[in-house]
Amino acid sequence: MSPRVSMVVNGRGVEADVEPRRLLADFLREDVHLYGTHLGCEHGVCGACTVLVDGEPVRSCLMLAVQADGGEVTTVEGLSRDGGLHPLQEAFHEHHALQCGFCTPGFLLTSLYLLRERPDLDDEGEIRAALSGNLCRCTGYQNIVDAVRDAAARMRQDSPTTKG
Amino acid sequence: MKPPRFEYAAPGSVDEAIEILRDAPEESTLLAGGQSLVPLLNMRMAQPRVVIDLNRVSGLDAVERTPDGRIRLGAMVRQRRLETDPVVRDELPLIAEAARHIAHVPIRTRGTVGGSLAHADPAAELPATVAALGGRLLVRGPNGDRAVPATEFFVGALTTAIEPGELLTAIEIEPPREGAGWAFGEVARTHGAFALAGAAAVLQVGDAGQIASARLALLGVGSAPYVPEWLEEMAVGEAPDEPLFRRIGARVVDEIAPLDDIHASADYRRRVAAVLTARALRDAANRSNGRGSG
Repeated sequence: MSPRVSMVVNGRGVEADVEPRRLLADFLREDVHLYGTHLGCEHGVCGACTVLVDGEPVRSCLMLAVQADGGEVTTVEGLSRDGGLHPLQEAFHEHHALQCGFCTPGFLLTSLYLLRERPDLDDEGEIRAALSGNLCRCTGYQNIVDAVRDAAARMRQDSPTTKG
Repeated sequence: MKPPRFEYAAPGSVDEAIEILRDAPEESTLLAGGQSLVPLLNMRMAQPRVVIDLNRVSGLDAVERTPDGRIRLGAMVRQRRLETDPVVRDELPLIAEAARHIAHVPIRTRGTVGGSLAHADPAAELPATVAALGGRLLVRGPNGDRAVPATEFFVGALTTAIEPGELLTAIEIEPPREGAGWAFGEVARTHGAFALAGAAAVLQVGDAGQIASARLALLGVGSAPYVPEWLEEMAVGEAPDEPLFRRIGARVVDEIAPLDDIHASADYRRRVAAVLTARALRDAANRSNGRGSG
């Protein structure tokens, strides 16, 4: 039995018949052909597969595709606007916050949620705590923290009225 | 790895879920937030024939006050909400604080109150916290509802008083009396990692400056939350001072039987338990505003 699943991914409606055991991460990669969502550990530890479902960050390796039926999903492919980089992506690029790039999509989506919740965020310790559920094995975190802090400042400048 | 094949059911009501559960109580698994179950499926340590998804069940995600003054948390209330919900923050700040220590935000957005309690991981925050608060768990099965006190609910590692065919629908907690202090602390390798040990305390200092009531529960130091039943006998009427809290910590150490594992030795866990016990009681005492009848 393969139930029909439909959801909105990065603003586009998608539909497919999937086995109930299909993980959301595999649905995004294999059925929607969005390969930006990376699978590292497949048990919720590394954070590489983090996406937003209905605006909240989730591990897409710990959610079944059928559970996202009717929902709205944002992946790393949904970040860029009009072909340009998102301020978070710009900041990651400029601060060398990625090396091999495997963990980057998870960091970007965790950070996106973080800065939407806390647009005033500037404290390094708080940023580190918020990113503690994402593992990076090459950059060493410092540049990632710098990038998120800088992105917060850029986003505040972009939309000074939405603060708070 | 990927989950094994299973039959999937997404009932819309608790009674419908119980109906499905009745067909194969031993071969079915309930899926709440999935933050423990799905890893077990991915690693194929769990191979249920039927997965019953509770995420479309209505009425399990409410935070409400009961007529007799308790706070009822539906089993599908997300752990993230415990940090932000005004009722939880006002009435059960100990729960809000403990929730902050559960893994990471992207886990807490899915993970649920009921899932954590029913899974009963010895290192989990919510079982010990609910035990420290003297909460009770509401379980429904084919024969109706029953309420189980937290101290009887946690039977052992990953083992609870829920019988095959039953499911946890909610928990109810009486808010500590006005003026009672509370504290939660744990030691983990990094923020969000499994705790090596932790302690939750509720303590009230009376108007005369002596302890009027105290409850404590520890996590990670045995197969189930450890609740010292002798605590009030030892503490009530005493001054809330450091020597007393250290004596309580020493007695806790005598009674627990933590395990050695790759994360920490049993001996280290004992030492941490003594420190966390004294710290939680001290912090709770410092937060207490008196008004107890001590």
